[in-house]
Amino acid sequence: MTESMLDIINLRKSYGSELVLQDISTTLREHEVKVLIGASGSGKSTLLRAINLLEGIDDGQILLDGQDITAVGVDGDAVRAQIGSVFQAFNLFPHLDVLENITLAPRRVHGVSKADAESKALQLLERFGLADKAKKYPDLLSGGQQQRVAILRAVITKPKVLLLDEVTSALDPILIAEVLALISELKGEGMTMMIATHEMSFAKRVADQVLFLHRGKIMEAGSPEQILEAPNSVELRSFLGALRQAGRL
Amino acid sequence: MSYQPSPLRLQREAARRRASRRSSLIAVLSTIVIGTALTIIVTGAPGFKAVRQSFFSWHYAKSAFPHVLSGLLINLRVLVIAGFFVLIFGLLIALARTSRSPVLYPIRLLATVYTDIFRGLPLLLVLLLVGFGLPGLGISWIPGSVVVLGTVSLILTYSAYVGEVIRAGIEAVHPAQRMAARALGLTQTQTQRYVVLPQALRKVIPALLNDLISLQKDSGLISVLGAIDAIRAAQIDTAQSFNFTPYLVAGALFVSLTIPLTRFTDWLTRRQDLARVQQGQW
Repeated sequence: MTESMLDIINLRKSYGSELVLQDISTTLREHEVKVLIGASGSGKSTLLRAINLLEGIDDGQILLDGQDITAVGVDGDAVRAQIGSVFQAFNLFPHLDVLENITLAPRRVHGVSKADAESKALQLLERFGLADKAKKYPDLLSGGQQQRVAILRAVITKPKVLLLDEVTSALDPILIAEVLALISELKGEGMTMMIATHEMSFAKRVADQVLFLHRGKIMEAGSPEQILEAPNSVELRSFLGALRQAGRL
Repeated sequence: MSYQPSPLRLQREAARRRASRRSSLIAVLSTIVIGTALTIIVTGAPGFKAVRQSFFSWHYAKSAFPHVLSGLLINLRVLVIAGFFVLIFGLLIALARTSRSPVLYPIRLLATVYTDIFRGLPLLLVLLLVGFGLPGLGISWIPGSVVVLGTVSLILTYSAYVGEVIRAGIEAVHPAQRMAARALGLTQTQTQRYVVLPQALRKVIPALLNDLISLQKDSGLISVLGAIDAIRAAQIDTAQSFNFTPYLVAGALFVSLTIPLTRFTDWLTRRQDLARVQQGQW
């Protein structure tokens, strides 16, 4: 049994009277990949944003590597520096080129020298076939390239956990494949990840465990096969049925 | 087999050429007609002869030119110094007004009140209050030079405008950019410095240049304090000769200064629009 990297305990969050997360409890072990599935509005994104403290919570606790990051007085910036986040809309900085995008956090947050940060970034770009894009600005890259750069920007600082929030939802199928290949490679390297996605075949391939969220609750949790092929609840069955009808399963 | 344009294409191109020739012809004709009409109206006016003598006298233009030009050097100096400080203060005001830190609350309040007051006060009034009011206090370190006091007035008024322009730029940066920066572990201040401000300033450069052009013009208003700038110099010459041509000389010099800046602003705006269209963000 490997060490637990992220413990989520009885998390609860509401917007006004609407409960968006309730009684969420789960543990992400080191090197584990958990995939969150569920309809839009089921709370996947909110959960990920709560973990990197971009969103406050009402009740419960989140432990990162044993440390309570939801405790009073915790430095949110220091916590976020240890967590990688990638978003649906890439959110690269348009005024910085690829190399500057990737080296911003190492240089400004982790105090790495410019030369060291750049050589590390170039190594990463080289490995993932993006070396020729180092001096390009994001708007000249395809969506798939932008998203891969965004992932490299998040992993260059060796985060304890990588959070991926529907990172392929804005891409067409060929570009999706590029991005998923990169994520699979990160899994191969032992990256601990929490992934929200609508790509069920991908979930099947990378997930150690799949969590099905429905109206802010974890309705079912289990191996990909169990969740996708032997659903227990009515909610999961109807979610999978809808995906099948849309040709996405 | 090499490409042969189809008759359809040739036909289309011929039609396009005809249409473009036709619009050029219409533009030329319309210019001639309107130009002639204006000339007839102006030169046919009953007072035209008198106006030509008192506003368009070559003799007085030549004699006033050196005085007006040396006055213009003061305007230019005022423009450069005021422009520099306006940018700095405008930036500080924008940062203060967009900050959310509770420590900065009093400064935020101050910046808001300042902006409200100085955007509302007519520049002429600020000039009179600062130019005649401040020295009246008799405080020894307050400079008595009207040029300095005039520059201070311009800085006070324009900082309020420029602060609002920069603030608009800061608020126009997409919130997702801020979120992405914070997610990387950047602090609030680092996010502002490395992610938000560079994008905000790029967005508002055309608007800032526009304010600079305006500042260039308004530097002529310091003449009300008695500073011998281009307008005041023209006024002095006019008072001696009772001929208004020196004013036109001053006007021509001001316009010749603003035109390059205006063209540059247009060019920059067009380039930014073009880039946006190419990125598909129209």
